Amino acid sequence: MVDTAARETRTVIRGTLYRGHEGMWSWVLHRITGIAIYFFLLVHVLDTATVRLDPEIYNTVMGAYKTPLMGLGEAGLVAAIIFHALNGLRIILVDYTKWGTRYQKVMFYVVLALWVVLMAGFLPRHLAHVFAG
Amino acid sequence: MKTLRLERLGWIFMRLSGVVLIALIFTHLTVNLMQDGGVKAIDFAFVAGKLANPFWQWFDTALLWLALIHGTNGMRVVIQDYVLRPRLRKVLLTLLAVSTVTLIVLGTLVIFTLDPCPAGTPADLLPSFCPAV
Repeated sequence: MVDTAARETRTVIRGTLYRGHEGMWSWVLHRITGIAIYFFLLVHVLDTATVRLDPEIYNTVMGAYKTPLMGLGEAGLVAAIIFHALNGLRIILVDYTKWGTRYQKVMFYVVLALWVVLMAGFLPRHLAHVFAG
Repeated sequence: MKTLRLERLGWIFMRLSGVVLIALIFTHLTVNLMQDGGVKAIDFAFVAGKLANPFWQWFDTALLWLALIHGTNGMRVVIQDYVLRPRLRKVLLTLLAVSTVTLIVLGTLVIFTLDPCPAGTPADLLPSFCPAV
């Protein structure tokens, strides 16, 4: 239960320069994609390490990555990586250039546009590998 | 003072390693998920064939170290943002440090000690350059 006072406070805060706008959403997405990529990385180092055990064991482990469900997971992973990469460049520009802060909103939409372009290059090819190959 | 200097170093590292990681990971994704059969083509022969080449050994080593340190520093910030109970915070930060060191050591050992042509393995599972038994 949210009491009235808390709800009023929330109403007042919303619509500030930061909250609910591009800057906040880019931060939220950067954090979520970063955490997701980190946990994949943990698993990925371990599954790759089985290559040292035995060729057949590694091939079996890799088989798990070749199912349709995991194929979709890989698409999501690449989507997260591309966003994190592009938005990371946006953050660097905001930090190191004089004009970065002024154009941070525009740059967020540039990030989204480039994300669409790169995904358009990756996704059909990857899905063809997973579902047709 | 000392903590601040370390935080500043971490801040700079995230940006520098971020730029390098974009080049490394986009190459990694192109070679492993876009070329030839994509994810379906990844097996022992493919990985062992790559890791028999010093270029890919050092490429993967740089990728392993930078990605894990970049990801770990990000997760450290996330933990410090949300976990306020001192004991749990310490436990999570310790777990994070231990898993990172473990994975860096494990991954590096795998990269440099992998035998691409293990004896007693059927030739069709091995890279094409392995001598016929």
